[in-house]
Amino acid sequence: MGPYILCSIILLLGVYAVVAKKNLIKIIIGLLIIEYAVNLMLVLIGYRAGGEAPIRTEAAQDAARILVDPLPQALIVTSIVIGLGLTAMVVALCIRLYEKYGTFDVLLIRRLRG
Amino acid sequence: MKGMSLIVRTITRLLVGFILVYGAHIVLYGHLTPGGGFAGGVMLACALILLVLAFGKEAALDIVSENAASAWDCIGALLFLLIALLGLTGGYFFRNVLDKGKPFDLLSAGTLMWSNIAIGIKVGACLFLVFLVLAAFRIRDEG
Amino acid sequence: MIFLLYLLLLFMIAGAIIAIETKDLLSSVICVGAIGLGLAIIFLLLGAPDLAIVQVVVEVLSLVLLLRVVVKREDVTIAHRYRYGEVFATATALVFFGVFIVLASMAYKEMPAFGQPILNVSQRYIAEGMDKVGAPNLVTGILLDYRAYDTLGEATVIFTAIIGSLVILRKRGRIRHEGDEPHS
Repeated sequence: MGPYILCSIILLLGVYAVVAKKNLIKIIIGLLIIEYAVNLMLVLIGYRAGGEAPIRTEAAQDAARILVDPLPQALIVTSIVIGLGLTAMVVALCIRLYEKYGTFDVLLIRRLRG
Repeated sequence: MKGMSLIVRTITRLLVGFILVYGAHIVLYGHLTPGGGFAGGVMLACALILLVLAFGKEAALDIVSENAASAWDCIGALLFLLIALLGLTGGYFFRNVLDKGKPFDLLSAGTLMWSNIAIGIKVGACLFLVFLVLAAFRIRDEG
Repeated sequence: MIFLLYLLLLFMIAGAIIAIETKDLLSSVICVGAIGLGLAIIFLLLGAPDLAIVQVVVEVLSLVLLLRVVVKREDVTIAHRYRYGEVFATATALVFFGVFIVLASMAYKEMPAFGQPILNVSQRYIAEGMDKVGAPNLVTGILLDYRAYDTLGEATVIFTAIIGSLVILRKRGRIRHEGDEPHS
């Protein structure tokens, strides 16, 4: 249970950065930290004590090895690449906002209507 | 966007071929060793981004233009869909219709190798295109 | 091995605290890079080499994109003008986190212990994956044969996200004529 609690603390730090910060770059960094924490949590659930990577070899005693759960790993691979697409889109929004308003401060942007 | 110094340009000239070959190796051997389409595709995009960063935008766009990256992106996605529709000839959507071969061979496991190649092309071209648009075009108020 | 896992998790927490609280934007972006590197090493320790490769390369690309926004921008911060709002937000966040940690610990007691998962579905994948698919790499076999629909969905999502960013940064908008008021 120890690793799960530490992973939840990383998630909460990311949520704090999204909710309580006023600089747009800090909000994007909080989004990245939430994504790391979620990927880590799902891989932690699938770990088997004493297990190895789920790749079969040509060795003789191959059927008796303990393998880690391969299903969470397959789904998290797609999740990491989708996270990169999300980062690209949010950074594009950020560049557009800076072009238009000249600042990264969220409170100033909210008060200036175009 | 200008390039970088002479040292960076020389090292890039020596290394970019190796990075492309290594990325292609991880894509092709995806069903035998760790890796696969996603990891190899992102590495191919990184090699092209290294070209843009080291030589400047104009010189690198002569090698791979923006329209070419967009075209390869669509080709990769359509190829993956074509492999999926090929399964309809065997029974249902996405069925593995090519033969299985011997294990631990390169040409084994049916459609897995071709799907890996399609995804590698798609992810590589896609991420290179988004880097070109986001980071290499000057925005209006930059001096 | 467990000791190394705890050490890397504490390193990630320290890096996250530094990345959020420091005032220099360049330092916080570099701290995010350090967190991603720690995550890649944790993936290697947990027996997921596929994930470690993808994490390292995606981390480098995210850093390049973030640095493009941060470098050469003047950070216009309004210091201490909204003091009451900030204290209220921080206090609410701390109370919420305390409640969340307490409820999460009660939930984690019901889950199987760390290191002994219940392999309901994966038992079949591990036992007959290599014979039916023909590939030694079980993760690629699951991604492209057992669960190929998810990969098709992922290709569609990436395609849409990239088209979205291209549309946001389009340089040719509507044609402006003289005398129009500025359009937002």
